[in-house]
Amino acid sequence: MANRERPLSPFMLGQTYRFQITSLMSILHRITGISLALGGISLVWWLMAIALGGDAYEFASRQWASPLGMLFLFGFTLALVYHLLNGIRHLLWDSGWGYEIPKVYASGYAVFAVGFVLTGLIWFFGLRGAA
Amino acid sequence: MSGGGETSRAPRFRTPLKRALGLGSGHSGTEHFWKQRVTAVILAPLAIWFVVTLVSLVGADLETARAIIARPWNTIIFAVFLVTMFWHARLGLQIVLEDYVHTRSLEIAGHFLINFLCGLGAIASLYAIARIAFAG
Repeated sequence: MANRERPLSPFMLGQTYRFQITSLMSILHRITGISLALGGISLVWWLMAIALGGDAYEFASRQWASPLGMLFLFGFTLALVYHLLNGIRHLLWDSGWGYEIPKVYASGYAVFAVGFVLTGLIWFFGLRGAA
Repeated sequence: MSGGGETSRAPRFRTPLKRALGLGSGHSGTEHFWKQRVTAVILAPLAIWFVVTLVSLVGADLETARAIIARPWNTIIFAVFLVTMFWHARLGLQIVLEDYVHTRSLEIAGHFLINFLCGLGAIASLYAIARIAFAG
């Protein structure tokens, strides 16, 4: 009994624990964090293209404007906005605010609501600039 | 004489120096936790500045893009943002590796890779920003 195989992370969600919005948001924070780190590398590539200019900049601009590039940028925006807002939620917890279960849910739904609005605003102004 | 969570009956294996330093068995105390928070607090406002600047760069030609990034405060904010971002990423990815990679050799290789890539990203972005700002 003491030596039975215990489940190890990250394969506990859905098997050992019931699905909840709180645990989903927790894992989303990590997934978006990893995505942003990878996206950060592409940010460096883009800055390098601006520094080098010429063909490098032409090439980078074409990649960003392609359907795949736009999809990548949209995902990057969603991840950044989510990680920023949920990160603020984490900082509020660290300061001792919002540990009551109703508040945890309310702040969680607020992150999603404000996140979609912010992502929409960024893309509204972004696409207006492109037009 | 109580402190550090030790009961009065337990033998005091921890020296007064160890208690005073407060670094615990990991020898680094709350340093990682704290730096993750400090970088997060720095990144939150800078990220907003960064995104607003990026949006203003949509559809810009090379000269305009360079001129915008070369504005003094944009240059400084970009530099601080990207270095802090890669630092924060390094700290976060380290925790992800420690939590999910249970094969020690793979985990150590991952730590090498994360440190290398985040260091490379920070230095390369500083180089690019400096070149844009000082190329004139």
